[in-house]
Amino acid sequence: MTYDLPASASITAPAALPPRGLDGLDPAFSHLVTVPAAGDEPDRTWHLLDNASQLDALGVTPVGTILCVHGNPTWSYLWRRLVTDATAHAATAGAQAWRVIAVDQLDMGFSERTGAQRTLPQRVRDLGALTAHLGLTGPVVTLGHDWGGVVSAGWAIDHPDQLRALMLLNTAVHQPAADPIPAPLRLALRPAILGAATVQTPGFLETTLALAHPALRREVKAGFRAPYTDAARRGGIGGFVADIPVDADHASTPELDRIADGLRSLDVPALLLWGPRDPVFSDRYLDDLVDRLPHADVHRFEGAGHLVAEDVDYAGTVLTWLEGALPAIADAPAADAAATDAPTADAPALTQWSPELRPLWHQLEALADSPDTALVEMAPASGPAPRTVSWRLLSRRVTEIAAGLSAAGVRHGDRVSLLVQPGADLTAVLYACLRIGAVVVVADAGLGVRGLTRAVRGAWPAHVIGALPGLSAARALGWPGQKISVVDLAPPARRALGVQHTLREIVERGAELLGSDLLGSDLRNAGPALPPPPAPQDQAAILFTSGSTGPAKGVVYTHAQLSAVRDVLAAQYDVGVGTGLVAGFAPFALLGPALGTRSVTPDMDVTAPRTLTARGVAAAVAAADATVVFLSPAAITNVVATAGELTDEDRTALAGVQTFLSAGAPISEALLDAVAEIMPGATGHTPYGMTEGLLLTDITAEGIADARALSEAAGRSLGVCVGSPTGPARVLISALDADGRATGVPSDTPGVTGEIVASAPHLKDHYDRLWLTNEASVRGTDAGRWHRTGDVGHLDDAGRLWIEGRLAHVMVTATGVVTPVGIEQDIESLPQVARAAVVGVGPVGTQQLVAVVETTPPVRRVQRASSELAAAVRAVSHEPVAAVLVVPVLPTDVRHNSKIDRAYLSGWAGAALSGGRLRPPTSATRRLP
Amino acid sequence: MKVLITGASGFLGRTVVAHALAAGHEVRTFQRRPSGVDGASDELGSVTDAGDVERAMDGMEAVIHLAAKVSLAGDLAEFAAVNITGTQTMLDAARRHGVQRFVQVSSPSVAHAGHSIVGDDALPADPEHARGDYARTKAAGELVALAADSPELHVVAVRPHLVWGPGDTQLVERVVERARAGRLPLLGDGTALIDSTYVDNAASAIVAALHRADVAHGQAYVVTNGEPRMVAELLEGICLAAGVRPPRWKVPASLARAAGGAIERVWAVRPGVDEPPMTRFLAEQLSTAHWFDQRRTRRDLDWTPEVSVEDGLARLAVSYR
Repeated sequence: MTYDLPASASITAPAALPPRGLDGLDPAFSHLVTVPAAGDEPDRTWHLLDNASQLDALGVTPVGTILCVHGNPTWSYLWRRLVTDATAHAATAGAQAWRVIAVDQLDMGFSERTGAQRTLPQRVRDLGALTAHLGLTGPVVTLGHDWGGVVSAGWAIDHPDQLRALMLLNTAVHQPAADPIPAPLRLALRPAILGAATVQTPGFLETTLALAHPALRREVKAGFRAPYTDAARRGGIGGFVADIPVDADHASTPELDRIADGLRSLDVPALLLWGPRDPVFSDRYLDDLVDRLPHADVHRFEGAGHLVAEDVDYAGTVLTWLEGALPAIADAPAADAAATDAPTADAPALTQWSPELRPLWHQLEALADSPDTALVEMAPASGPAPRTVSWRLLSRRVTEIAAGLSAAGVRHGDRVSLLVQPGADLTAVLYACLRIGAVVVVADAGLGVRGLTRAVRGAWPAHVIGALPGLSAARALGWPGQKISVVDLAPPARRALGVQHTLREIVERGAELLGSDLLGSDLRNAGPALPPPPAPQDQAAILFTSGSTGPAKGVVYTHAQLSAVRDVLAAQYDVGVGTGLVAGFAPFALLGPALGTRSVTPDMDVTAPRTLTARGVAAAVAAADATVVFLSPAAITNVVATAGELTDEDRTALAGVQTFLSAGAPISEALLDAVAEIMPGATGHTPYGMTEGLLLTDITAEGIADARALSEAAGRSLGVCVGSPTGPARVLISALDADGRATGVPSDTPGVTGEIVASAPHLKDHYDRLWLTNEASVRGTDAGRWHRTGDVGHLDDAGRLWIEGRLAHVMVTATGVVTPVGIEQDIESLPQVARAAVVGVGPVGTQQLVAVVETTPPVRRVQRASSELAAAVRAVSHEPVAAVLVVPVLPTDVRHNSKIDRAYLSGWAGAALSGGRLRPPTSATRRLP
Repeated sequence: MKVLITGASGFLGRTVVAHALAAGHEVRTFQRRPSGVDGASDELGSVTDAGDVERAMDGMEAVIHLAAKVSLAGDLAEFAAVNITGTQTMLDAARRHGVQRFVQVSSPSVAHAGHSIVGDDALPADPEHARGDYARTKAAGELVALAADSPELHVVAVRPHLVWGPGDTQLVERVVERARAGRLPLLGDGTALIDSTYVDNAASAIVAALHRADVAHGQAYVVTNGEPRMVAELLEGICLAAGVRPPRWKVPASLARAAGGAIERVWAVRPGVDEPPMTRFLAEQLSTAHWFDQRRTRRDLDWTPEVSVEDGLARLAVSYR
């Protein structure tokens, strides 16, 4: 297709310097550079930003050049912060100095108006001619945004000798033929509209400027508009849109394909920074780039959009990344630069499965012929009677699904989103995916639909396996991926939901491929129907955590790491082949087949753990002759509450339980004691961990009682003791400084309060597409895999860990750092107090503490505490409390309905105590991202 | 040290004299009425009379200047004569007599433009935006005093916030009287967090400023107990200590501010009548947070308050028995 742009697009004009006074742009960086005529191309003058003379003046020699290319319809103004920050950064002792050159592409910004429509190959040549003229010979890192990303990538591919790294912000290099191009561009591309939208009016420019989150300041908008004041200045904007290769016949299509393919051969470090709120370059294009640059560091800035360079501190991120990715760039030959992607220190030992390192599906192979029970579902979806699955059947079904999924195009490394309720189906699909090397994406239903959507879109799965609710949401919300239904669907529903396969078909197809000799076809000898198994260091799963702060994060585990989770569970609670296990906590329930246990799922709604009753537990224990019971804290509360319904027979069954685990969050000693009455023969355990590191420490009911003596001796609560590190786990403390930041070198010195830093074979590998978050989570740690938990606490002389709160909730008063949990526990020791939260108001360093409490009986309206209650609270608190407020119910984080939303509460208390109305603290639902 | 203390017959002044004597200083007081404090010599006179001031300053080494016209309403010229010109007269005389230390007792209201103060340190005195004639003239007085700071004469400004204690005719007596008459409302929900200063803490801080003038000169310091309380809790504590019923009825804060402004204007045309029942300044004081960062104060003055709010209320209760 060709376009006739308005006549004004043919008007030529010389390059010029930008007007002075543009917000955030130092005119000293602006230069005009004329590239002499060559071949058919006459001489062309560019406007560009360049900090070379500023670096000279500082007397520093740059390690290389960052070559920045803007997209459409911006200009080098987009990179003003990087030029400024890199120059300031260069002045810092010990920091890398980078020359930054940010060009205005021809016909754009303040560069020359050539009067001709430029195509992609032309633009890549233009940029090459400019860098040749500039004599840019040293190491170069490219940085591009939007179509400038394509142009800069073209330059990168054409200059392998100079290229040291590649950085891209929201860019697309490939448009799948089957998929329509993004709607906003489609509109602009309609011949009737293109000229009017892009050139004759500033419509396209203004639309783009409106994409910033938060909105751009007036001054910044004025900066972006400066070179595009009238139609004669906007020809390039129309030219760029007209140059979008909408189909295979477009003049720029071959060049775009060349660049897209060329990226696959680049092995230099790469950084992709992405704003997912982009109506044009959505996550699908990020996924495409990740596919081409699998070694790239990726950070998705949740909430940021197309103008990610305006929405977030990309400049700081870029400079930080370069420091880490290219430590010795000046000396390193290009080929060695890729070595930054080397595996972590403990990885080399884990490249092969061995008797010491068994894959997760090992028991499905070892017990493939066993008629013994693998799974019991007390309340299966299939009907009222409990359903029992033998190891033989489970193993065969996993094999069939694995073969069927392979046949349906599910490949090693593909991400598969599992939107299936826990149960036998989920278990079989999960192990099938693991076996064929697909990466399972599992999100907690507690995230809510919006959180789930973010999780699914963020992970960008190639396949979605779901039941009706999940598939409907996938359809309604436009989640990506091939859809596979675990339930049979009538053709209309199937079409409506875009379902390509059902699980039944997958199983049948798998069985067909494996041949009719069902007994002979298990995971061990499935022949060509199954691909080779994944290696231990391959990615196995992405678990979306319902983090108490910020948007959900995808936590990536490798096979070796998930196997280590299994092994630490086995060792800590002595579970293995033949153990009867009541799996009332979904994440651990899924590990049953890996452990070789006889796992029984009690009758409960897994998304609502409070539906589990004491009788339900007893029935499950009896059904599997279980000796081990894993439950979530919410389930335990209800089990204890319904203990009165237990029959003598139930009690006899429960008496056989030897180990009881509150998984998911520590529970109180009182609750553990109540469970002990129901299961008198069981040792109660409560572990400490998080999605990033399940089971880091563990403590028994007896241990809690021992620990309490320490608090009693101190005359105040020292926090919540969560016991000693489990098996191979290590726990250190990064001490808090006077500002409440965890800056201390991680150490095991007892009695020091700081951020809890953990290491274990079963720790997460990294966060998915959150490079910055990941860097923060390993900041200042030693070699090996460590994780900053975001929790604060201390170690005692016996090496036990005590939790004192979240790092984000640490308060700093005039006398120093204060952690909330100990004070809250002391306040909760008052008979008239049910629950307490202690939060800080005022500036860090001189904060005042406010206690917000629920009373027994609860009040009906939020109010000041009576003078008696306030006096009682002050008497038991070892830190001064400025105010005591009483609320009917403390607001809890919706994603953790047991965790008090302290961040919200602190803001609420601050507002109430600055003289505003005393409003009820509202539920946190309104703040869901 | 030979210390001249002005305004020593007042509630805070008497306590400062006692603390200065206890610290071993030789104290001369200067005000219109006898101070009534044992151990100090009285020089009677007014800071608005240069002759009186000249006489009082003779032979002194240090000055603690408390004398001020304190009221929630009144005539601007009167405020200015005492709070600005009076301070200037004191400083001029101090310089002539070779006085080395001068503690200007000021007020946090000199920098309070009506907004909430949440953990701020002392901001510069602002005669233009401070609320009410008292605060404006005290602000100008503080600026005059700090401008006089020199290597020969070290000037420190101390701003005790909301001083209270037994014998207080300002805050405590007003609160108790109004509560007894059923005329004390809570503004809003009474949850604004406010700092206050027990009188002995204010006095010890002022004497500490005298001792630390070599370090602290040229600067202003807010002084408080460092234990902010919700305004309703503080008023309730005072009422309970005095044996009167705490306030129970509420007035919306915005209404009180508007009404305070109106009442203030009405009272301005009735000079000589007792102060208005509500002023805009008072409404703001009782309905917006104002509590302070005390770190610099405590460090520079090498001082910590000795009497907690709780202990202070207990002492107040004893005084009412």
